[in-house]
Amino acid sequence: MTRFLVPMAIVAAFALAACTGTSESPSPSASGAAPAKDVVLQVFAAASLTDAFGDIGRDFEHANPGVDVQFNFAGSSDLATQIAEGAPADVFASANEKQMEVVGDAVPAPTIFTSNVLTIAVPSDNPAGVTGLADLAHEGVKLVICAPEVPCGAATQSLAAAQGVTLNPVSEEANVTDVLGKVASGEADAGIVYVTDVARAANVHSVKLEGAADAVNYYPIGTVATSTHADVANAFVAWVLSDAGRTVLNSYGFIAP
Amino acid sequence: MSLAPITPRPGPTPGWVRVLAGLAAALVLLPLLGMVFRVEWDGFFERVTSEEALTALGLSLRTAAAATVLCLVLGVPLGIVLHRMRWRGRSLARALVLTPLVLPPVVGGLALLYAFGRRGFIGSWLDSFGVTIAFSTTAVVLAQTFVAMPFTVLAVESALASRGERLEAVAGTLGARSGTILWRVTLPSLRAALATGAVLAFARALGEFGATLTFAGSLAGVTRTGPLEIYLARESDPQTAVALGLVLVVLAVAVVVVAFRPLGRAR
Repeated sequence: MTRFLVPMAIVAAFALAACTGTSESPSPSASGAAPAKDVVLQVFAAASLTDAFGDIGRDFEHANPGVDVQFNFAGSSDLATQIAEGAPADVFASANEKQMEVVGDAVPAPTIFTSNVLTIAVPSDNPAGVTGLADLAHEGVKLVICAPEVPCGAATQSLAAAQGVTLNPVSEEANVTDVLGKVASGEADAGIVYVTDVARAANVHSVKLEGAADAVNYYPIGTVATSTHADVANAFVAWVLSDAGRTVLNSYGFIAP
Repeated sequence: MSLAPITPRPGPTPGWVRVLAGLAAALVLLPLLGMVFRVEWDGFFERVTSEEALTALGLSLRTAAAATVLCLVLGVPLGIVLHRMRWRGRSLARALVLTPLVLPPVVGGLALLYAFGRRGFIGSWLDSFGVTIAFSTTAVVLAQTFVAMPFTVLAVESALASRGERLEAVAGTLGARSGTILWRVTLPSLRAALATGAVLAFARALGEFGATLTFAGSLAGVTRTGPLEIYLARESDPQTAVALGLVLVVLAVAVVVVAFRPLGRAR
């Protein structure tokens, strides 16, 4: 009947715990970057990282035979809730610093590994002829943005304020995916999302957003304190931070911090 | 009013039935209990009476009430017609009408979008008259009606199926017109089913989330209902999300208690 998201996230966390409980594997050797055989690494990563981390995971598995990288891609706040509730994550990569703060001591030493900037997304035929930020304030342009309570919305708000533009959105969504959905379906004439979101969306084009460089969103990553494969987890984090990882991230529109 | 037959008391319930019943109750109650444990009662009242919360809950109550009226006005006739259909396609027709019950809510939202959205086959036609449904309170009511109407249809249809339509046939032979039979015989005898159907529809509309999120959007006072406010609050302030969730649970329980009162009285 009613949806109770927090308890659902908790249930999901328990379900995950139940699923991974059986995939116990021998503890890896102490040799650091050269892990032992048959390790299952649980990486909890922000949904925006789906494509880039998919590639990085394959590369990492290829370089480390015996390691099986499994991803749990979801909104950063969902992941933070799951980790705070004890889900068996080894690595957490968040789409913003705030959700990394939420998990607190669960990830003791996070590092910024990449960043993302905002852009204007329009349906590929750009029905409202949007060419920049000023057009978004026009009467009749159906604009969808993130709600100010969430990171992309907070960034949108400060960007608009810095540029002296007042936005009148028809909808303030809880995450970028919902904004993008409204634009891709043509319900909205424009939305403000991240560059990487447009890069992986169909039927959506990007229009340059003035002042975007001043509202950068930083992505932190770190090994979870309770990880049973901390050395493999550290090796994965190091891989993401390496040139190999950075090259993959950049190819999906992310920007090195 | 039909007289309920006097039923003898059932024999003792087997022990294993009681055990399974206990497990079933635990499955439902434990998550609710988990939520109650997690609520910080300090500041609870402030959280659920903030401007955002009251706006969202008020919108929820208004739209769910409107959706319930629509469910009755449209769903009751549909239940009657479905029950009286005599051709072979009846079970298929019933299955199609009840689809929103099993459809994942987001899929329901997409389906509504493809019909009534700006580029949907009806929405684009409406758009040419300057009528836009998306991002309006109308879209919320439409989404809620879509997911809630099966409850009304089902309640009416199963009530008709279990009591038969002998009374209608008798009224017909006495010369009553079809309209008179409907208002004076059929609807009064369906009172308990109508109440159940209406209250279940209201409860379902109150909890509607996925279709609204996909189809209507989320703007305070216009389309951001209680469940959408919870979804948003969870991102920034989980305690508010839990507190509002609890308010919806209490509302839902109250509504269901009311829904099953007519059944209890009929016994």
